[in-house]
Amino acid sequence: MHEMALCEGVLDIIAEEATRQRFARVRAVRLEIGALSHVEPEAMRFCFDAVSRGTIAESARFEVIEVPGEAWCMNCSKPVAIARRFDPCPACGGYKLQVTGGDALRVKDLEVV
Amino acid sequence: MCTVCGCMEAKEGASDHDRDHAHAHAHDGAHPRGYGHHHHDHPPHEHAHEQGASHDGGGLAGVHVPGMNARRIIEIERNILGKNNEYAAANRARLAAAGVFALNFVSSPGSGKTTLLVRAIADLKADCPIAVIEGDQQTANDAERIRAAGAPAIQINTGKGCHLDAHMVGHALDALPLDLGGLLFIENVGNLVCPAAFDLGEAHKVVVLSVTEGEDKPLKYPDMFAAADLMLINKVDLIPHLDFDLERCVEYARRINPRIEMLTVSARTGEGMPAFYSWIARRAEAARVANRAAE
Repeated sequence: MHEMALCEGVLDIIAEEATRQRFARVRAVRLEIGALSHVEPEAMRFCFDAVSRGTIAESARFEVIEVPGEAWCMNCSKPVAIARRFDPCPACGGYKLQVTGGDALRVKDLEVV
Repeated sequence: MCTVCGCMEAKEGASDHDRDHAHAHAHDGAHPRGYGHHHHDHPPHEHAHEQGASHDGGGLAGVHVPGMNARRIIEIERNILGKNNEYAAANRARLAAAGVFALNFVSSPGSGKTTLLVRAIADLKADCPIAVIEGDQQTANDAERIRAAGAPAIQINTGKGCHLDAHMVGHALDALPLDLGGLLFIENVGNLVCPAAFDLGEAHKVVVLSVTEGEDKPLKYPDMFAAADLMLINKVDLIPHLDFDLERCVEYARRINPRIEMLTVSARTGEGMPAFYSWIARRAEAARVANRAAE
């Protein structure tokens, strides 16, 4: 359940931003979760509910923007879209792919009051 | 908060925190006419609040102060693992300065990581100093095995935690004799999922897979095989007794990570271990050259 640790990371970011940007309450949290990142969006949602209780983000809407996976195919020498790490290149069927995007995990923005 | 000591994560080492700066924007048509967006980096409100008080019109008697509706979107654009990565960068700089080459061993429980390290310590300790960080949810059994083999070891108990993070490792580094240079082996919590996400400041992740597991583990746990630079296939002395398909395992791992290197070893019999030691020597030398070039 490293999603729990990651949600604590989200709360740390929120606490820092609350001090820096002076807000008292978070109404919504928007995350960008890459299709090839290490987390399951639903597990993040579940954990966030649990770890945000008693914080300024309690009951905040939790929105996830899923970012599609991207890779560079070494055979085709071009970027291709992949849904999972072990997917073959959709053009040539090969596995010589280097992931180039969709593996990030970011707090995109917050709606605050 | 730190799961090792309960400290409040005082920042160690210099890290460039300010690159994560954010901007404040007001949105949702909440501005009265004549009010523009706040596109400056000063806080939109300069007065203090009692905790819980807000400007969204739900305050005392529902009073809404024009221009003070503060519901707004704040762009953050920060990596959730950013803090861990800052600690990892600090660990990496510290290890480089001390001339220590660090490997992060990851695998499922029971793949033979500790036995592998005990064997490597016995074979290498005469030639170079070796220190070990052991991660387990509970017990100091592994650190005791490592110390019995002749290397200083720090045990980190993660409690309910499923992985080591860079902050825990930074604390463990405080307690190890790094000034001698040499090798640092970090044995992560036995778990093929969570440790993949956490950079500890190591030079390489080494994933250990034993032949008593399925050859399709790289497909089942792709994140870990994608994060590793070397796969050690352990317990190869047992292959005659098993149906493990070595070739297929290698093929699956390369599907996930075309650049992964692969070695077969038996920590019990010592078979294949010299090739692993040569790999360490080559990579440690490459790291030294890279560090010197970076100076």
